[in-house]
Amino acid sequence: MKTKVSALDGWFDANPERPRLIGSRCGSCRSYFFPKETFACRNPSCGSAELADVALSATGTLWSYTDNHYQPPAPYVSPEPFVPYAIAAVELADEKMVVLGQVAHGVATADLKVGMRMELVAETLYSDDAKEYLVWKWTPAARSASPARSRS
Amino acid sequence: MSERKVAVLGVGMHPWGKWGKNFVEYGVAAARAALADAGIAWKDVQFVAGGDTIRNGYPGFIAGATVAQALGWSGAQVTSCYGACASGSQAVSVARAHILAGNCDVALVVGADTTPKGFFAPQAGERGTDPDWLRFRLLGATNPVYFALYARRRMALYGATDRDFAKVKVKNARHGLENPYARYRKLVTEEEVLASPMVSDPLRLLEICATSDGGAALVLTSMAYARKHATDPVTISAVSTVTPRYPSTVIEMPNFATDSAAAVPPPPVAFRDSITAAAYAQAGIGPEDVDVAEVYDLSSALELDWYENIGLCPAGDAEKLLNDGVTTIGGRVPVNPSGGLSCFGEAIPAQAIAQVCELTWQLRGQATGRQVERAKVGVTVNQGLFGHGSSVVVQR
Repeated sequence: MKTKVSALDGWFDANPERPRLIGSRCGSCRSYFFPKETFACRNPSCGSAELADVALSATGTLWSYTDNHYQPPAPYVSPEPFVPYAIAAVELADEKMVVLGQVAHGVATADLKVGMRMELVAETLYSDDAKEYLVWKWTPAARSASPARSRS
Repeated sequence: MSERKVAVLGVGMHPWGKWGKNFVEYGVAAARAALADAGIAWKDVQFVAGGDTIRNGYPGFIAGATVAQALGWSGAQVTSCYGACASGSQAVSVARAHILAGNCDVALVVGADTTPKGFFAPQAGERGTDPDWLRFRLLGATNPVYFALYARRRMALYGATDRDFAKVKVKNARHGLENPYARYRKLVTEEEVLASPMVSDPLRLLEICATSDGGAALVLTSMAYARKHATDPVTISAVSTVTPRYPSTVIEMPNFATDSAAAVPPPPVAFRDSITAAAYAQAGIGPEDVDVAEVYDLSSALELDWYENIGLCPAGDAEKLLNDGVTTIGGRVPVNPSGGLSCFGEAIPAQAIAQVCELTWQLRGQATGRQVERAKVGVTVNQGLFGHGSSVVVQR
């Protein structure tokens, strides 16, 4: 069995039971950022360098969605043959920000509705001989089979 | 400040298409056309501002000098500007500033591009800190994906329909039918639009802007120079190149997330609304003064968003404006009489300049086959990724 790793170090915790996006939060003004800010808070009234890693909410509300009917160009690594897939923009309540993600395998735009509750899962983005590279994806919260994945 | 206007003495374009030639050729053709239109010799140009292209190697990164060299070194001052889709208005802005500062009387603004087939893709290589690379790698988030997110949001918020979006394409196809510079000159029906292949739900192939080759140029002069060389020229009374205000809460290319509004409330005026608001304030006019507009219809649905962003109607009323014929030639405020990106496709650094070319022809009464009657005030709006607002007000 191949080792499962995050497709991009530091962007999310790819624990398949409880995947979480890793952002940062300003210790001074309390603003959140995703992806992480590493050197300065981007609030123009703040600018503090006190930034700490923070796991973002794993659930949110569907802001909008779409899909790809044509294969995106490289560096997207597409399965062959290409299979259309959905992409979601999800609004996180506590962080008051919208975060993009692919939608979980098998969920089509017909299954989605703006305003519905979504949650984070980890799925394989691509693989090579040794490893599977995981990425975060969004899926309708009601579809979650495992309580371990649910909101926390 | 005393005089805030500059004159548009000449405009010129190379037709949009997929010609496959060196972008410099389009830029030179457009520049020569603009100079001829102005009746000004190349050697009398004192400042050249080029809009850069990033898909044509080094000559594209220093496009002002590339075109200047191709026209023959003349000793003119030069700059080259990049602002993604807003590169052209960055060049207009710099040229205008040099004129208003008294550094020159005559400036040439030029932008041209040669584009590859298919989706725009990021710069090559392993670019793990470049959001434009990562959005393709991790999400496959092409530009149409972002356009489609806005379109679906519009449907959810305001009840917009596929048919509304298709009607934008039908309108623009009719507008651009006789524009000699447009790449696509063919009438389409709503049924044809709705039967075209889905690209990113709800947007179909005929509703998404293509990538094109093309070139556009302006000859801008001080008002003092214009008074000696022209009668009643079109003027530029405002150029807005504003950036967003934190926190910007609408997802924008090429980002993965919006800013967070957890600690700081969103600004009272959202980014896209702020672009023309800044231009109107500079020009001392309001949206009610606008007779004609060229907006960046990267998708059919996005044109409707712009109606609201530039103040033609309140949020949620764009479909009504469209369906009432207000934005069709013959209506109260025609939008995209050129045919827009729908008929042109996008030649990135030329596009914001082409918008000014079109409005200049409109205000002069020279827009044969697509003329908006009695237009005195025109506005352009455009947006480049990474936070580049772009709007120009032209008046006569």
